[in-house]
This record gives sequence, structure tokens and C-alpha cells, in this order.
Amino acid sequence: MKISREQVVQVAKLARLELDNDELDALTGQMDAILAYVDKLNELDTDGIIPTSHAVPVENAFRPDAPVPSLGTEKALSNAPAAADGCFKVPKVIE
Amino acid sequence: MNSEYEVVIGLEVHVQLTTATKIFCGCSTAFGNAPNAQTCPVCLGLPGALPVLNRQVVENAIRTGLATDCRIAPRSIFARKNYFYPDLPKGYQISQFELPICEHGHLDIPLDDGTSKRIGITRIHMEEDAGKLQHGETPATADSSFVDLNRACTPLLEIVSEPDMRSADEAITYLKKLHQMVKALQVCDGNMEQGSFRCDANVSIRPWGQAELGTRAELKNINSFRFIKQAIEYEVERQADVLESGGKVIQETRLFDSTSGTTRSMRGKEEAHDYRYFPDPDLVPLVIDADWIERVRDALPELPEAKRARFVRDYGIPAYDAGVLTQNHEVSSYFDTTVAAGADPKQASNWIMGEVQRRLNDAGSEISAAPVDPAMLAGMLKRIADKTISGKIAKTVFDEMWKSGTDADTIIEAKGLKQVTDSGAIEAIINDVIANNAPQVADYRAGKEQLLGFFVGQVMKASKGKANPAAVNDMLKKKLQE
Repeated sequence: MKISREQVVQVAKLARLELDNDELDALTGQMDAILAYVDKLNELDTDGIIPTSHAVPVENAFRPDAPVPSLGTEKALSNAPAAADGCFKVPKVIE
Repeated sequence: MNSEYEVVIGLEVHVQLTTATKIFCGCSTAFGNAPNAQTCPVCLGLPGALPVLNRQVVENAIRTGLATDCRIAPRSIFARKNYFYPDLPKGYQISQFELPICEHGHLDIPLDDGTSKRIGITRIHMEEDAGKLQHGETPATADSSFVDLNRACTPLLEIVSEPDMRSADEAITYLKKLHQMVKALQVCDGNMEQGSFRCDANVSIRPWGQAELGTRAELKNINSFRFIKQAIEYEVERQADVLESGGKVIQETRLFDSTSGTTRSMRGKEEAHDYRYFPDPDLVPLVIDADWIERVRDALPELPEAKRARFVRDYGIPAYDAGVLTQNHEVSSYFDTTVAAGADPKQASNWIMGEVQRRLNDAGSEISAAPVDPAMLAGMLKRIADKTISGKIAKTVFDEMWKSGTDADTIIEAKGLKQVTDSGAIEAIINDVIANNAPQVADYRAGKEQLLGFFVGQVMKASKGKANPAAVNDMLKKKLQE
């Protein structure tokens, strides 16, 4: 097994996914199969090869430090499920 | 403080950069605008938006790295730090993890005994800030929090030190030096109240002689030097009490409460600090070649320490003065310019630390807004040096310059403040004073020499303060002995 049911529970929790037992069983099986498939790459000898972080050979894409117009409050909030006083309104979070 | 334990402190400082725009989009970073006015698809985290790195952020990071003797990474990448919080619209913060832009630097801090101590800087990395959360306080809003994303995506440098500090005082000295430095580098405005320079402190204690570190608590987001000192000192006492009573310090995040001066646990957030960092595919690798580094190095401004040394060496002012003048970048440039305009350095230092600073404090304003500019101050100091006015009259001239913004020569001329050095004119006044104060003259001649001050005072008064005091002294003595 490449991944345990407990690990799937943990990953689901971190992703805020609520899964029932059947879903957990199904996903554990699927993820295990995916990891086993990707694991095939471990058969390659990768000694001395720098890990790839990006698939395209592009580097240094920059923007000048010059302001461009923003959306503005009204547009920014136009898709918000709840808003008040120019702010997104969310259930109270306490630190 | 409990002396059975050695205190170990490492600091993480978040420095907000002074760029005009955010780190990955063109929204303005200006402070204090209407909520969410400075947002766009990128900083709102809307699907499909593509972040593009602000080049100036990289320049500022390299500057800061070079000033702290870091190695600038030839290749660095951005990573996603994943967690959910309402002030973080994307569900992840773009930061750097494996390959930060700067590593292995240090900052030397002065200790009380005159020696200096090297504090290691583990890394400096670039990242975006989160938005601002406000919690509802009225009955109608008590179940809500309100999110303003103007600050989201504002560029930050996180400067992480090694756990090299051994007391709250060392930590403060390090922070103050770093604070001065980022201001002098002009990468950060240093405004702590607005959160431009914030600090998290990792604090642990261990019995003296123990090599391994104790379990640390992380004290979060404290926004003044005084509070940082209080928070660290409280935390050290608290951990010592826990150990003394046979308990164990747990690794956790604690919040400092400035009203009670204590720290409290942020329970609930300690679970699962599992950020699942991975390279951000939206941002391509950052490659910095030697030419770029050298260009930034050549453009580095003089840092406070070097400036302090130069003031002592080249201008011959006391180390104390140099220390005061270099605490603030604007003040040190003001001083430099005043001296360059021909003022005597020690006189310039005295006036800037004294009269200029006092008036700025009274008005609550900055030296850049002083109505007397360096050229005007130098102009006045030159008139003291060439004896056109006395130091006493200079106060009057300075007052008038401050009020009217007019230069010293114009004021001296218009108000007739020129010092009288013409011995004929002084002699006439002295003769008058002697003739009008016969009893005192008799007493003086009978041996009551302390009356000399009285005569000097009379002469200065009669000349409206314009007589040269040294000349008056000499001439009076001579006349009284006749």
C-alpha cells in the first residue's frame, strides 16, 4: 500500500473535505493506484539530476513596479455571498 | 529574571517593502484607502488569474541580502504554503520555501561591554501578505468577521535569524539595528504602527551548559520594541515557572496581550501545521546573475554603521553625536548637507540635535518638513563662525528663520542684529555704563571683582545683545582698572 486510509482522512481534513466511509474506501483505493503508477518513476536513476520545479524552460518573468487600475470595491465584492461596509462578510473567526 | 536558565531567542521579522504596487499584481500598496478598493483578480484569488513578479521586490530583496552579507541564490523559486483562513483568498500564500533568494548572512550587534556579537541570518525570502480581518463587535455583527483585501499580496521580506540571541535586550538591539538598516536601504518605511515592520519571536530556555535547545514558544506579531521586550521577558519567566514546577514547555504559538503584559496560548491553531509546500507552477524560477548582483551592490546606500564611522572620522564629531544623527536616515542626510554647505560639523551637530530636533518634536513633524533647510542652517552657522552674530543672537535669528523661512543674512540685516565689534561703539557704551553706576564702580575698584558680570550685563543690555561679549569683557576690565 502506497497510502493508508488514515493518511487519506488527514489529507481530506486539510482540504476541508467531508467524506463518508464509502468515499474514503473508494478514494484510498484510487489514490493508492495513482501513487503506485507514479512510483514507476522511482525506477529511473536520477542521481545528480536537479529536481524539476517547472515543466516549461522559462525563467524571470517580471512586471515593472507601476500601478494599474484596480477593480474597485464594488466590483471586487460583486460575487461575494455576503458583504458589508465594503468588506467581505464571513462567519466570525476567532484567533 | 531567573538565572538558572539560559535564554535562547531567534527572530522572524516581516518587513513590508516600499514598492508602489503589490508583489504579483499592479494594485497600489497605499495605506488607508477604502476597503477592497485596491484589489484585482490576482490579489482576490479569482480563478484563472496569473501572478507576475514585481521586479522591484527582487531588487529590494537583493539589497537587503547584500547588506546582511547573505549569499544571493543564483536560482530561487516560489512555493505555495497551503492553509485556510478568511484573510487568505487563494487558500495558499505564495512564499519561498526550499530555495529562498538569500541565505547564510549575519548582522553584528553592539553589546553593552563595548564588544560586538554576530547574529546569524538563516534566510531572507519574499512572500505576499494576507488581508486584514476585523471582528464584529456590535450585537448585529457579533457573529461575523469582515475581510479587507487591500493588504493582500503586499510584498514582504521575511528575515529569519539563527537562535543566537541570549536576552531580550540582545533581541531588541538586533531588531533596532535591522529596523535602521531597512530604512536606510529604503526598502521599508519602518512604520511599526502600520505594521510595516513586525516581529515573531521564538523563545526557549535551557539549563546552563545544556547543548540542545529547549522547546520553544513562538510569540506572534508584536508591533513595538517595548512590547517585544515585555513579551520575551514574560515568556522566559513563564517557561521557567513551568520547568520549576516539574512541567514541560509545549511547542506552541502564543499571542502577546499588551494590556496585561502577558502571553497566552493560541490553542486550536497548533494542530496540523502541515502547509504542504510545493513549487508554485504559476511563477517561473527566478535567476539572478552576478551582473545583477553587482549592479545592486554598486547602488547600495551608505548604511548607518558606516555613516557613523565616517562622521567621527571625517567630521571629528563625538561618537555620541554620530550615533544620534545616524539613527534616522533623513536626519543624517540633513547633517551631511549642512556640513557640505560650509557649517562647522560640531556646531551643526549641536544645533540639529538641539534646536532643530526640539522644534520638530514640539510640532510632531519630520526633519524633511523643517522650515529651516540645511543651506539656511549652514548660512547662520557661518555668521556665528565669522563673528557677525553671537551664539545668543543666533537663537533669535534661528527663531525668525523657523517662523519666516527667510535666510539668516536677510534677517540679520533687516533686524540690525549684527554684532558690534567696532571698539569705538563698544567703548562709548562702556563709558556710559561706568558713568551711570558710580557706586558699583567704586565697589569693584575696592576689590569686589564679582561685579564684573553686572557690568557685562549692563553693556550687553545697552547694546541690545549685539556687542561681542569677549570684546566687552576685555574692554571693561581695562576701563575699570583705569
